[in-house]
Amino acid sequence: MSAALQNLVNQPYKHGFVTDIESEIAPKGLNEDTIRLISSKKNEPEWLLDFRLNAYRKWLTMSEPDWQNVHYPKIDFQEISYYAAPKPKEKLASMDEVDPELLRTFEKLGVPMHERAALAGVAVDVVFDSVSVATTYKEKLSEVGIIFCSISEALQEYPELVKQYLGTVVPVGDNFFAALNSAVFTDGSFCFIPKGVKCPMDLSTYFRINTEGSGQFERTLVIAEEGASVSYLEGCTAPQFDTNQLHAAVVELVALDNADIKYSTVQNWYAGDENGVGGIFNFVTKRGLAKGVNSRISWTQVETGSAITWKYPSCILRGDNSVGEFYSVALTNNLQQADTGTKMIHLGKNTRSTIISKGISAGKSNSSYRGLVRVAPGAQNARNFSQCDSMLVGDKCGAHTFPYIQVNNNTAKVEHEASTSKIGEDQLFYFAQRGIDAEEAVSMIVNGFCKEVFQQLPMEFAVEATKLLSFKLEGSVG
Amino acid sequence: MISQNSQTILNVQNLHANTQNTEILKGINLTVKSGEIHAIMGLNGSGKSTLAKVLAGHPDYEITQGSIQFDQQDLLALDSEERAQAGVFLAFQYPIEIPGVANSQFLRLAYNTIQSKRGNDELDPLEFDDFVREKMKLLEMNPDFLDRSVNEGFSGGEKKRNEILQMALLEPKLGVLDETDSGLDIDALKIVAKGVNHLSNEHNAMILITHYQRLLDHIVPDYVHVMESGRIIKTGGKELALELEKHGYDWLHDNLQNNAGATA
Ligand SMILES: Nc1ncnc2c1ncn2[C@@H]1O[C@H](COP(=O)(O)OP(=O)(O)OP(=O)(O)O)[C@@H](O)[C@H]1O
Ligand SMILES: [Mg+2]
Repeated sequence: MSAALQNLVNQPYKHGFVTDIESEIAPKGLNEDTIRLISSKKNEPEWLLDFRLNAYRKWLTMSEPDWQNVHYPKIDFQEISYYAAPKPKEKLASMDEVDPELLRTFEKLGVPMHERAALAGVAVDVVFDSVSVATTYKEKLSEVGIIFCSISEALQEYPELVKQYLGTVVPVGDNFFAALNSAVFTDGSFCFIPKGVKCPMDLSTYFRINTEGSGQFERTLVIAEEGASVSYLEGCTAPQFDTNQLHAAVVELVALDNADIKYSTVQNWYAGDENGVGGIFNFVTKRGLAKGVNSRISWTQVETGSAITWKYPSCILRGDNSVGEFYSVALTNNLQQADTGTKMIHLGKNTRSTIISKGISAGKSNSSYRGLVRVAPGAQNARNFSQCDSMLVGDKCGAHTFPYIQVNNNTAKVEHEASTSKIGEDQLFYFAQRGIDAEEAVSMIVNGFCKEVFQQLPMEFAVEATKLLSFKLEGSVG
Repeated sequence: MISQNSQTILNVQNLHANTQNTEILKGINLTVKSGEIHAIMGLNGSGKSTLAKVLAGHPDYEITQGSIQFDQQDLLALDSEERAQAGVFLAFQYPIEIPGVANSQFLRLAYNTIQSKRGNDELDPLEFDDFVREKMKLLEMNPDFLDRSVNEGFSGGEKKRNEILQMALLEPKLGVLDETDSGLDIDALKIVAKGVNHLSNEHNAMILITHYQRLLDHIVPDYVHVMESGRIIKTGGKELALELEKHGYDWLHDNLQNNAGATA
């Protein structure tokens, strides 16, 4: 580091923030008063309070799902505090204060310098000029009429737009965690691509998270109007730590006629230590509505983190000729558990869906793929192709596949392929005989196994994802 | 080629190896010097592939007795990738398929790993591409094999050629070719033999495991060993293979018994 930069980095954080903590954090527990407090603190329109209360009342009647193939201690929902005023994350004054282990991880993952600082919680504006990066980015987008901001900001600036779409894809009472999210969400993103606009760049939540920190109950809403298209990137490869154990996000996508939404996620929440202690529970509801004719919703996910992952990004193919895609890599190691998959609901005519799922289990981990393909009676000529492959690294882990197929129209064509492979000793010996150690061999085999999914990711993300998988598999063999 | 000032590359003494509590190798003695080509023959199940895999450090086998010196090192102290890095190469009898991993990527990783261990420069993907295509020409291999997954869907003969391609890239001190000739058509056999002869020089050595004289017509061995039940029961010059071809293994048995009878 240059001396000048060194100087900058070592300056104490200038923008000290004094706030009356007591009044800014809601007491623990959840009841109607908590929800009213959240809504009034955030200065929300009346309809949103009704939305929240409605969700809360539904939630009270629901019970936590237990059908998924994961095990975790009971969550005490009255022990969580549901509101904290937006405040800057505790910033470290310089990179020197960052846990060296974390820095080594960034190094290995090849996370760009400016991102490293941000992710490690160093006051970015002091170290690098990332604020101006974010600003330029925003300006470029607004030139073409794209709105990309936090959901709270959207509720203040574009309440009608939010009202029109919020909860239309994931209804408030959809499931236990979605109902909870609808009642108490405080963070999240809003993205609106107007008619005919092709978003000129990938939209990355990275530029948002900087300013706000990621929340426990995030709400994301992405709308592509007629003929619009967008590629949206969520998450990052660097490990994310959070003191909140439970994360229950809701993501809703709406694609109107001829619109195209591609949503890519790389998820690397803290998974806990080797004994699974301290990891994040990630219970997410993600759903896209391909509402218009010829619309397309495409989910790509690389799931590597969390102690427990429970998510099924889904597509409702309502428009005729609409297309749904799901490309997924889920890697579990140590004691991680993942129950993930997708749902493709064919309602319109000539709708098509593709599911490519790659599950990798290492250590003592367990992963399940759960996929539903439903063809409604009116969905003439629906097509689905599903391929679910599992790979086992070692012999203490497990992989399970649960495909559910419900076809109510005899013109439908549904194909399902599944395979399980194991990285065998003879494969590793073949690599070893060519001088390549087991760790590199496993990483090469696994990355080869995931190729079809990585090809769907934007280039930069794909490179990071490849490194991430190798990194996550370190120490899983030998 | 036997020469005066050649070095001992491999010295195997009284080697015993088990797998799953069964003794497969029961006292192998074998010395290989630089510049030499050795052929190992013997009935199915006599332990030829086991010897090859034990040399390469396959984890399935437990060494219960004996020693292996390789290039003045204790080979048994090295794990399998270290042996490869030290210059032991095994062309597998049954090369394994690795779906999803491009051959080019695999070859380059192997090449670069070994080069860096030897203190040489690594090649970037473009340099490597030129380099590997040159080597492929030697073996008359279609460059399309670079883009395919390692051995996946390769025909038996194509897999064998891919093994020799790897030997050409890695330039080992000791090449152990386990039935590289089986599955090759007559033209391919000639091409592979030409490749092996091209790679063979006064600094390295080859061990060819084979059932057929036809390979030895093209790659002429300095020594022929015959294995049976985990031992080398007979060693001779290249004529031994011709005799075996003519008379079969029973002849050898009778022969040995007569000899044994004579000395008793
Ligand atoms: N992993 C193993 N488990 C059990 N038996 C084994 C194992 N590996 C080798 N063997 C046995 O050891 C013996 C020698 O096998 P090996 O493969 O070395 O024979 P070979 O001489 O190469 O035969 P071929 O000419 O058929 O290739 C055989 O009887 C085989 O069944
Ligand atoms: Mg054999």
